[in-house]
Amino acid sequence: MRRAILLLPLAIFLLVAVFLYRGLFLNPTELPSALVGKPFPAFDLPSVDDPANRITLADLKGKAALVNVWGTWCVSCRVEHPVLNKLAEQGVVIHGVNYKDINADAIQWLKDFHNPYQLNINDEQGGLGLDLGVYGAPETFLVDKQGIIRDKFVGVIDERVWRESLAAKYQALVDE
Amino acid sequence: MRRVLWLISALFAAWASMAVAAIDTYEFADEAQRQRFRVLTEELRCPKCQNQNIADSNAPIANDLRREIHRMLDEGQNDEQIVDYLVARYGDFVMYRPPLTGKTLLLWFGPALLLLLALLVLISVVRRRKASVQTTDNTALSAAERERLSHLLDKKSHD
Repeated sequence: MRRAILLLPLAIFLLVAVFLYRGLFLNPTELPSALVGKPFPAFDLPSVDDPANRITLADLKGKAALVNVWGTWCVSCRVEHPVLNKLAEQGVVIHGVNYKDINADAIQWLKDFHNPYQLNINDEQGGLGLDLGVYGAPETFLVDKQGIIRDKFVGVIDERVWRESLAAKYQALVDE
Repeated sequence: MRRVLWLISALFAAWASMAVAAIDTYEFADEAQRQRFRVLTEELRCPKCQNQNIADSNAPIANDLRREIHRMLDEGQNDEQIVDYLVARYGDFVMYRPPLTGKTLLLWFGPALLLLLALLVLISVVRRRKASVQTTDNTALSAAERERLSHLLDKKSHD
């Protein structure tokens, strides 16, 4: 009994060490999204390339898709863009939400770097971004055929992220 | 000269009042509403910068959220509605004071639990020590021992 009590500090130390060690590999900027499992918020916004063309939630439904929130002011979006282009070429459905941007800049960007987006939503005021709980671009939502948000990825989608986590999730939604 | 001084002080006063207006860009119906705005922005956490509240942060998202909170206050929504609005978008993370749920039970009562544990340990340690002191304090000698003691002492004094 005495012996066991002497070992107690060591046990507590080990427990704390395990927690701290695990903490080293956690990403504190990765928040659990409140929107996973909820329907994509309703919106009625113009398209980036044509302000007369309105896009609504109804246009989003019917196909599983990635909804990518981006802006020309966002440096890491530039890193992500070529990957999105490649995915779009492979037939992945990607919609864009141009978040709090200057529309002319966005048009120029898509001209310069190619346009991977099928629907190109212009969220200049940031209202849709707010409803989506966006706190930093790029953010990408996985939306199923019924328009339900099934997953969310914050940060740059690179080839490794796509291969290791998102590809399978997207395929599952397509196959549903 | 006096007129020039007066002009300068008037200009300074105008500049000072402008400076104040530039910091506080939100207008409130009354002092109570201003107070509610202050409390809300201080209790809600900026999703981007994580360790700052919405009131302190200069991140664009915090700016948007301040504007949004001000708009909702203006619309006459109560504090609960405003907090719910933000939680629906950013999750419980935005609350510096987390709600009491199954997941946060340990967070809320953990410290009290640890305190209780420490108290129990303390009590048991004190009790044990007292008990051991009592046993060693038992200096009363039996008759045989007393006899032997006096015998020893006697023997020594005779030498």
